[in-house]
Amino acid sequence: MMPRAVRRRVFSRLMTGLTLLAAVLALAPLFAIFADLVIRGASSINLDFFIRNPAAAGQTGGGVANAIVGTLIIVGVAGAMGLPVGIGAGVYLAEYGGGRLGGVVRFLADVLNGTPSVIVGIFAWTWVVRPMGHFSALSGAIALAVLMIPMVTRTTEEMVRLVPHSLREAALALGFPRWRTTVRIMVRAAWPGIVTGALVAVARIAGETAPLLFTTLGNLNFKTDVMQPMQTLSLQIYVFATGPFEEWHRLAWGAALVLMALVLLVGVVARAATQKRFRDG
Amino acid sequence: MVELAVPLRAERVTALFGKKPAVKDVSLDFPSNTVTAIIGPSGCGKSTFLRCLNRLHELSPAGAVRGRVLLDGTDIYDAGVNPVGIRRRIGMVFQQPNPFPTMTIYENVAAGLRVDRRPSKAEADGVVERALRDAALWDEVKDRLRASPLALSGGQQQRLCIARTIAPRPDVVLLDEPTSALDPMSTQAIEELVQELKRDFTVVIVTHNMQQAARISDSTAFFYLGEMVEHGETAAIFTSPREQRTEAYVTGRFG
Repeated sequence: MMPRAVRRRVFSRLMTGLTLLAAVLALAPLFAIFADLVIRGASSINLDFFIRNPAAAGQTGGGVANAIVGTLIIVGVAGAMGLPVGIGAGVYLAEYGGGRLGGVVRFLADVLNGTPSVIVGIFAWTWVVRPMGHFSALSGAIALAVLMIPMVTRTTEEMVRLVPHSLREAALALGFPRWRTTVRIMVRAAWPGIVTGALVAVARIAGETAPLLFTTLGNLNFKTDVMQPMQTLSLQIYVFATGPFEEWHRLAWGAALVLMALVLLVGVVARAATQKRFRDG
Repeated sequence: MVELAVPLRAERVTALFGKKPAVKDVSLDFPSNTVTAIIGPSGCGKSTFLRCLNRLHELSPAGAVRGRVLLDGTDIYDAGVNPVGIRRRIGMVFQQPNPFPTMTIYENVAAGLRVDRRPSKAEADGVVERALRDAALWDEVKDRLRASPLALSGGQQQRLCIARTIAPRPDVVLLDEPTSALDPMSTQAIEELVQELKRDFTVVIVTHNMQQAARISDSTAFFYLGEMVEHGETAAIFTSPREQRTEAYVTGRFG
């Protein structure tokens, strides 16, 4: 029998080691994916890749300029529609959502959060594409916005709830009206977390493919008109990766690398943008 | 006791959580430029009573207030009275220092000024400096007004909260156990500060620390089980209380 102190130390080391192992296992896929993308995709990345549109089938060269711009436009439009609604709903739930209505909204947001994205795509097809009579980037952006809203709502609510109640009381005791307490104190204190949640949602929808298949459709040409079908990196990857040409596969790997890099960039920018603004001394 | 102006008066105040009364039928005058201490064991309703005086209690879940609280003769619970305006005239400092973490030290002190108007830079600078001087914090923070309040010690943070409370020049300052989270040195600094505050304000302080009440207050009210057992000049409460329960409490036999 080991002395108790030794036993404790061994057990502590063991458990620390196990949690470290779990952390490594959790991060391993990320590094594996990224390494794979760099190895297979980096060779496709050159200037042409960013400024040219795809070459005709069977030909070599070309790039994914149309898909990069299309992704930025569709994600931008989706964010412009989905983020204000999601953040607003989250603030409502955290600050005023104690009653029945709050419970209903929270439940519906959870249901929508669990809805497969392809079904949201069908919804957008039924309610936007069909009445308009044609596929469009806008319909895809609407589908992505619908996907974002519940994610952003729940993360925003969580973040605002984490702000200590004592700050609310401090503001109210100073004579802040309720809404001003919410906006100037609670939301502001929660803002870095809200932005992080919003960007996680942006990153998630940036790679969505299924809801775009029958809304945004894809386009081999360079388009900036949101009323027209548009290419995105995710659609480009889907089409190229399943196509018969070696050249397409090469472009698909490059597009995947660019998409991944964009998502990482969003995260880095978010961190920089929400850094604290205090000066020392 | 000489007759003093009474800017704040509680008349038969009862505070409820749902149907359960936490404060029962308390009437108490707060004369101007005095410190009134409210003492009593935990759960006696002293903090709840304090929160009735600036209409904060009604924001607690199921919180409700009956009775009247007169501020310069006007009942703050009258139907036409806006509680937000009342809270600008009756400031409050809490048990735990709660500076706004997203604001600088300067912005914290100026926060109350900016609620209903946009003061000029010069005016705001003046008010902030005066409030920080009154809170005995100016010398310690004057070179880092743009720093985070979280860089300050707990005692400094509490003095910052006092500066924030007095910057808009309220009529009354309520302090809810302001030193219970602080070390002895910081506590002493706050106690000295409270003595200074009464020159300009009417001060009400809730404390579970009887020595503190004895040191800094002019009059003391003893609460027990939601009722005000006794109220009088502080010296009298501690040396010759009329009620047996008061005597038992101040001599340390329970509480």
